Amino acid sequence: MNANYMYSLIAVIILLLLAYVGVAGMHLEVLFGVIIPYAAIAIFIGGFIYKVVDWAKSPVPFPITTTAGQQASLPMVSPALIDNPKNKTGVVIRMLLDILLFRSLFRNTRFEVRDTNKFSYELEKWLWLFALIFHYAFLTVVVRHLRFFTEPVLLPVQLLEKLDSFFQVGLPVLYLSGVALLAASIYLFLRRVFIPQMRYISLPADYFPLFLIMGIAGSGLLMRYFAKVDIVSAKELTMGLVTLRPTIPEGIGAIFYVHLFLVCVLLAYFPFSKLMHLGGIFFSPTRNMPGNNREVRHANPWNYPVKIHTYEDYEDEFREKMIEAGLPVEKMPEPKENLEEGKKE
Amino acid sequence: MADELPKSEKLIDVDYSPPSRGWMDTPVKIRKGMYCYAGNPKSLELLGAPNPRQWNPLDEDWKLPDNWKEIVFEGLRERIDKFRSFKVFMDICVRCGACSDKCHFFIGSGDPKNMPVLRAELIRSVYRNDFTKAGKILGRLAGARPMTLDVLKEWWYYLFQCSECRRCSLYCPYGIDTAEITIIGREILNLLGLNIDWIATPVANCYRTGNHLGIQPHAFKDMMEFFVDDIEEITGVRVEPSFNRKGAEILFITPSGDVFADPGTYTAMGYLMLFHYLKDLGLDITWSTYGSEGGNFGFFTSHETMKRLNAKMYYEAKRLGVKWILGGECGHMWRVIHQYMDTMNGPADFLEEPVNPITGTRFTNAKSTKMVHIAEFTADLIYHNKLNLDPSRNDNLRVTFHDSCNPSRGMGLLDEPRYVIQNVCKNFYEMPANTIREQTFCCGSGSGLNAGENMELRMMGGMPRANAVKFVKEKYDVNMLACVCAIDRAALPALMDYYHPEVDVTGLHEMVANALILPGEKKRTTNLRGEPLLGMEDEDAE
Repeated sequence: MNANYMYSLIAVIILLLLAYVGVAGMHLEVLFGVIIPYAAIAIFIGGFIYKVVDWAKSPVPFPITTTAGQQASLPMVSPALIDNPKNKTGVVIRMLLDILLFRSLFRNTRFEVRDTNKFSYELEKWLWLFALIFHYAFLTVVVRHLRFFTEPVLLPVQLLEKLDSFFQVGLPVLYLSGVALLAASIYLFLRRVFIPQMRYISLPADYFPLFLIMGIAGSGLLMRYFAKVDIVSAKELTMGLVTLRPTIPEGIGAIFYVHLFLVCVLLAYFPFSKLMHLGGIFFSPTRNMPGNNREVRHANPWNYPVKIHTYEDYEDEFREKMIEAGLPVEKMPEPKENLEEGKKE
Repeated sequence: MADELPKSEKLIDVDYSPPSRGWMDTPVKIRKGMYCYAGNPKSLELLGAPNPRQWNPLDEDWKLPDNWKEIVFEGLRERIDKFRSFKVFMDICVRCGACSDKCHFFIGSGDPKNMPVLRAELIRSVYRNDFTKAGKILGRLAGARPMTLDVLKEWWYYLFQCSECRRCSLYCPYGIDTAEITIIGREILNLLGLNIDWIATPVANCYRTGNHLGIQPHAFKDMMEFFVDDIEEITGVRVEPSFNRKGAEILFITPSGDVFADPGTYTAMGYLMLFHYLKDLGLDITWSTYGSEGGNFGFFTSHETMKRLNAKMYYEAKRLGVKWILGGECGHMWRVIHQYMDTMNGPADFLEEPVNPITGTRFTNAKSTKMVHIAEFTADLIYHNKLNLDPSRNDNLRVTFHDSCNPSRGMGLLDEPRYVIQNVCKNFYEMPANTIREQTFCCGSGSGLNAGENMELRMMGGMPRANAVKFVKEKYDVNMLACVCAIDRAALPALMDYYHPEVDVTGLHEMVANALILPGEKKRTTNLRGEPLLGMEDEDAE
């Protein structure tokens, strides 16, 4: 039993019950259907902007690019124009590959000891694969949900729905993204539990968003395929939110409010958590700076003068030894007699 | 000390299972062999560094200032505001674990606090507690913990078990760079006078005498004269280096370690021979006793100390009136030059864009900083066929190349040294792909950790490198580990000696000089080490 994930699991269950009891038992539909969603969105947008502005306010004093390939120097070497970008184009491509395809994670290797002292570092693509599935499934789900916030439904959203239900399984048609999201979050959870090092580094703050997302995906699937929530009423509510004319239609069912509430919690939690890596990745100086650091000078806004030991200080200390060794000096010492005369005076 | 070091067979049997108690509940145990002695107060005084005093990491009392917590808090706050890197890296880690098995110190020790993610969490936990809403409200649930003396000691212990190699930053999906966190963490520790002597004293030496080893100008020249004599004995040619010479076209700066100890000395001799060879072709170069250090242990102390030491390079270049600077083989020196020098101490508008006087090549990649790496310089010479080389003189060598962390991940100098090696030596074999180039492993002693008292730590940290060397040794009979770093040349011999005594360590320019045919040289029978060349064993016996 691991306290870190138990805390998070219990927290998510409490949240879930809160919404369920709140709506099914206490009929707080207005609270869960209007007030909390608005508050969550406000916190999300405000918090996100605050955080990004806060990062941007700290300057970048030094170009600390992590160079992941050959520099552009001489004709006999072929430079890695993406992994060690020498200009903005290279940086943009590097960033896009990292943001869209998780290129850095794609490098991932797994260290293993074989036959007592043979080390191996084999490519390990599972984390990359499931991370990619997780994020793209999430994105698809989010975009698909635009159906609930637009009237008429945008064409790209409709196309995405078609693609997402490509296999035409079940009724209502199964969306791959929902299942993929749930499966990937379960994988990400299990590796935290079963890999000893992962378990050791994982905090409650690592499990909490996973459980929350599982809860969101789970309640979503439940609504669509089993509980069969009244979609027309649900859309009436969501459209009301978007058009700033909130309404609470009758009979949507508590499970919808549970789903919505967990989404709200996720939104409100987002800016204060590690989920801000969504914004942070754009600000990472090891990735968003070029490697041409000797070619183009980077200015540090807070560069300040420091006390240094000048050549003159150095020569003053070692002048005689330097002269004796035949090293050139800037200042010849005054002849000894003068010095002594000076002392007498 | 040597007898306390466990046998390599024992050390390599690492236990990777983390303790059953959580890391926040596992207090640090400072263990002999794993840490370096505390900084000498005299060195701290010379630099005007905070809280100089005698202290011992094993003692309960570290003689901290009474308001140390406030100093740490303010130190953190100042750096959060000054370094976007630090602020972002504190906020966005998701603990995906991609970095966890990338650190040589983790691979070698199995200590979970040597996983880059956890090393960073040591600081992040305090950051969350003091600077984030979630941490203030939720405390431990948000991964926050208050600063205590134990936490401080843990910082010191583990921040001096990171060699700032940046291997983890390569794999991190967000580019979080533990080196950056370690650098800033050490900077904060230095505010309390928490340092190690292997860094503090070289820094003080460098500040005063121009180099880490504290070699005074006349002694520096003397040591070079020894090399001149040795070169004459081996080649019959007397080279004539110049020092502190005004009006030279190029200033040469290299780590003092290569002037001081084998096998770096052979690389220093290599530079002397190369420069002598090029003299007739038009090279006008000078050494400096004031700028007699390429390395910069200030980088391992604080950004300010780094700048104070680095300032000498431009200062001396300006005083001597040279056009540009050529830099020798070194690791962290090149990270400082490539990514910090121009920003800190530039713009060097009194210098000119470097041009190779022999080939006419413009080093446009060093247009602003005006400092060229000698591997770039020599590769350019070879490319233009300016060197008369006899690679067969390196036939006794079966070479592999160890990429140093900083030139690899903080610059991208990967193929220039390989190009040079392949032109001066016939037998070259690469170590496994995941252990070289940008994925290279640290020697285990970088960032000022190459002391004697922490030998166990160094052997742990060097384990992955040693293991990769073992692979090529068994497969290709490799007997020489080449590198372009003075710390490597100081550290790797001990590592090889511990794991595979049959493998030796060399610098790039030692091999260049062995192959280089000097005009008017006598028939060479030995290499720079005085070892007989292949087929010359009899002549050596005479």
